[in-house]
Amino acid sequence: MSTPLSLRDAISKDEVGLLADWIRYQLSAATLRRDLMNDSELREQSRRFLSALGEALGATNGKLDFAQPEWSEVREVLNEISRARARQGFSPAETATFVFSLKQPLFDRLQELHGRDARALASSLWQASEVLDGLGLITSDAYQAGREELIARQQQEMLELSTPVVELWDGVLALPLIGTLDSERTQVVMESLLGKIVETGAGIAIIDITGVPTVDTLVAQHLLKTVSAARLMGAECIISGIRPQIAQTIVHLGVDLGQVITKSSLAAAFAIALDRRGLAICRAKG
Amino acid sequence: MEQIPILKLGECLIVSIQVDMHDRLAMTLQDDLTERIVATRARGVLIDISALEIVDSFIGRMLGTIASVARVLDAVTIVVGMRPAVAITLVELGLALPGVRTALNVEKGMELIESSLRESSGVSGRSPA
Repeated sequence: MSTPLSLRDAISKDEVGLLADWIRYQLSAATLRRDLMNDSELREQSRRFLSALGEALGATNGKLDFAQPEWSEVREVLNEISRARARQGFSPAETATFVFSLKQPLFDRLQELHGRDARALASSLWQASEVLDGLGLITSDAYQAGREELIARQQQEMLELSTPVVELWDGVLALPLIGTLDSERTQVVMESLLGKIVETGAGIAIIDITGVPTVDTLVAQHLLKTVSAARLMGAECIISGIRPQIAQTIVHLGVDLGQVITKSSLAAAFAIALDRRGLAICRAKG
Repeated sequence: MEQIPILKLGECLIVSIQVDMHDRLAMTLQDDLTERIVATRARGVLIDISALEIVDSFIGRMLGTIASVARVLDAVTIVVGMRPAVAITLVELGLALPGVRTALNVEKGMELIESSLRESSGVSGRSPA
């Protein structure tokens, strides 16, 4: 097939000129995000992509298969650009437009190249579209992957940040829970609570759920699991910070909190804990 | 045959499980302990499982049974020294051992037995054996 050759010619004949045209198109396009990226970065990205594309088209045997090794450089460049843009806050559409915007200057070149030969021109345009569409989809994939990495990392960080076990008093632990309680988090919460019980020899743990947005049957079950595990280690649990709405939900759902002591505020729970330890707080004289 | 020693300390029986529990050993322990509670008229049983890395459903149930049997014979049972991993496993298995009292270590377990014995003797007025 000869068409990839014409595509290659269209790029390699005047790569500098094409690059300049392309950048001009991008800079005048409505999708330009000057707030997220400066012009010199855009220039650099465009230059790298275009030279990689030219090389790949030069090395290809006429068949379009982006999995082939000669396309690896292009894939890598696009991967890098897409991930960078995902981090910078571009939308997937804006990221893919980077590749699609090459169509217009490229089509102009092809038109010049073929002159009046409408058949060859149509076939070249089709080839060019196919290449650029395929590469556009690669940017979408890479963008998605970049976003997913970001989400996974944030999830991990949240998991680590959101499960502190604090010692309120000698033998009294508090576990302020913030955010939704799923099974993965319950596991982390349980482990850190039990570890702290062993470490401090605490006999009472207060689980404060002020920061838990909703309590459904599953969350209640996770809470009860944590309480049971702590009890097996010889520590009693008090659940505190139950907001009025959550109390209603618990009753409506028919959740049985069993023998667990519940209190509306952490302060009330702490008072109970002190009482159990035979301690009392009194006003200093004077 | 392998046997787990049962020590007597005052009104208490102390069992420390230091070997891997298999089902036969668990049954033997259950039998021995029941006999000893009756023979020594013990009021408290303390089972230390701090050396146990694995507690399966059978052993979990055995602990529950021992506690129930001891209660029938008027003795409190305290299981002490459960490891965090074991506790999590038991809860995940749905074995929260509802009838068993627990403590973090032997020291706290003995305190718990003593306090509960004081309470019950105060209420029932039963004279020490």
